[in-house]
Amino acid sequence: MTASAAPLKKTPLNAVHREMGAKMVDFGGWDMPVEYSGLVQEHKGVRERVGLFDVSHMGEIVISGPQALELTQYVTTNDASKLKHGQAQYSSLLYGHGGFVDDILVHRVDDHVFFLCVNASNQDKDFEHILSTAREKKFDAMVEDAGPRYAQLAIQGPKASDVLRKLTDADLGAVKRYHFTHGKVSGAEAMIARTGYTGEDGWEIYVEPKEAERLWREIMEAGREQGIIAAGLGARNTLRMESAMPLYGHEISASITPWEAGLDWIVKLDKGDFLGRDALVQQKEKGITRKLIGFEVQGRGIARDGYEVFIDGVAAGWVTSGGPAPTVGKNLGMCYLPVQEAVPGRAIEVMVRGRAVEAVTVPIPFYKRAR
Amino acid sequence: MYPDNYRYTKEHEWVHVEAGAGTVGITDHAQHELGDIVFVELPKLGAKVEQGKQFAVVESVKAASDIFAPVSGEVIAINDALTNAPETLNGDPHGAGWIAKIKLSSPEEVDRLLSISDYQTYLGAE
Repeated sequence: MTASAAPLKKTPLNAVHREMGAKMVDFGGWDMPVEYSGLVQEHKGVRERVGLFDVSHMGEIVISGPQALELTQYVTTNDASKLKHGQAQYSSLLYGHGGFVDDILVHRVDDHVFFLCVNASNQDKDFEHILSTAREKKFDAMVEDAGPRYAQLAIQGPKASDVLRKLTDADLGAVKRYHFTHGKVSGAEAMIARTGYTGEDGWEIYVEPKEAERLWREIMEAGREQGIIAAGLGARNTLRMESAMPLYGHEISASITPWEAGLDWIVKLDKGDFLGRDALVQQKEKGITRKLIGFEVQGRGIARDGYEVFIDGVAAGWVTSGGPAPTVGKNLGMCYLPVQEAVPGRAIEVMVRGRAVEAVTVPIPFYKRAR
Repeated sequence: MYPDNYRYTKEHEWVHVEAGAGTVGITDHAQHELGDIVFVELPKLGAKVEQGKQFAVVESVKAASDIFAPVSGEVIAINDALTNAPETLNGDPHGAGWIAKIKLSSPEEVDRLLSISDYQTYLGAE
């Protein structure tokens, strides 16, 4: 984060969060709710019932025009040509050296329109990255920073569809996981995507900012019967960590490649040329030296991101995310280790305030919902 | 809510001084800000602590927070019960959730701490 006196950005729901008594924090320059009634309660509410999140801070970028597909293919790692209209995929933007610019969701709206959902703190960087690439490579496509045009609400949890169904005429049953549709949600034009960052079934709803507050209140009201709970960024983080979904700046960054992060499945080397491809091919030939793995703390202590990891008394890696996992009921985390050590069952030590705390590597994800 | 015979710090610790020793803990405001407390790292018995310096750590699900000693001295008792029941810090921060007892080495330090009315004014302004 750059030190600046810029005022925090606010989502259209800022006043609602304050009215609800949420604890607010500076998250990537945004004034966001970290918790309302309590992180653990919110986490469990999402796993067991349904939770509502304001994720309007997330960025949106629209790529359109005759060569929208070609540009999207060139700046992302997954194969966007495989997407049908109304389908979405997890993907990433890479630098030429193979490190992450960001991880993103690519939605194919039309033959020549791709809608990208990107991380809040990376919005400007991602936009510049795609725009400058388009100009440099002379793609006949438009790149729009569409963030200001959208508020985003996430309804997540096993009861999410039951709540949303009350408010929309869209045929939710026809929308499969990682697909989306357009329709009205309590009267507001919306893009309704069956995606999320919690490891549960659920929906991410994109609407005009002016609709956000009314929508929030109507969803909370409609969900009363299902026991809906307002959930903040604290629960969002523990939910995604249990599901081992990467968070930019933690599991992935400019100095980490998809191979190292275990995200091979979002890289399609056979789709044609793309930014970072040469570096990835090279690294694949040489072999990676470090890899992401999960761990479970066995000693007394909580492993937080940034803590050092030791093996047999020698510094071996670092924790990317860690903390108590409310549903799993253990102290968990993820860390980078030398590739030969990044296998389940390895005894490691996490340095917690100068004290070595015993842990053991385990496979990720830690949590998978029953389907 | 806040006992009037305790003294407070701007970092939201309290101390209750009796017969040359101070029982210390975190305030209700602090526990509320931290949220669900899941781990407490207590100081060691016999440790020398210094006013304003970190002497314990309290962790919520979200984050680890340093706790600063409101007074200087030697740790003569620790609240071991918190090890297995850290949530006591949320439930009864000014009573059963005490962290340690410190034998004061500089009793005059207590005068520099906030009275209940000063602390409440401070909370209101924060």
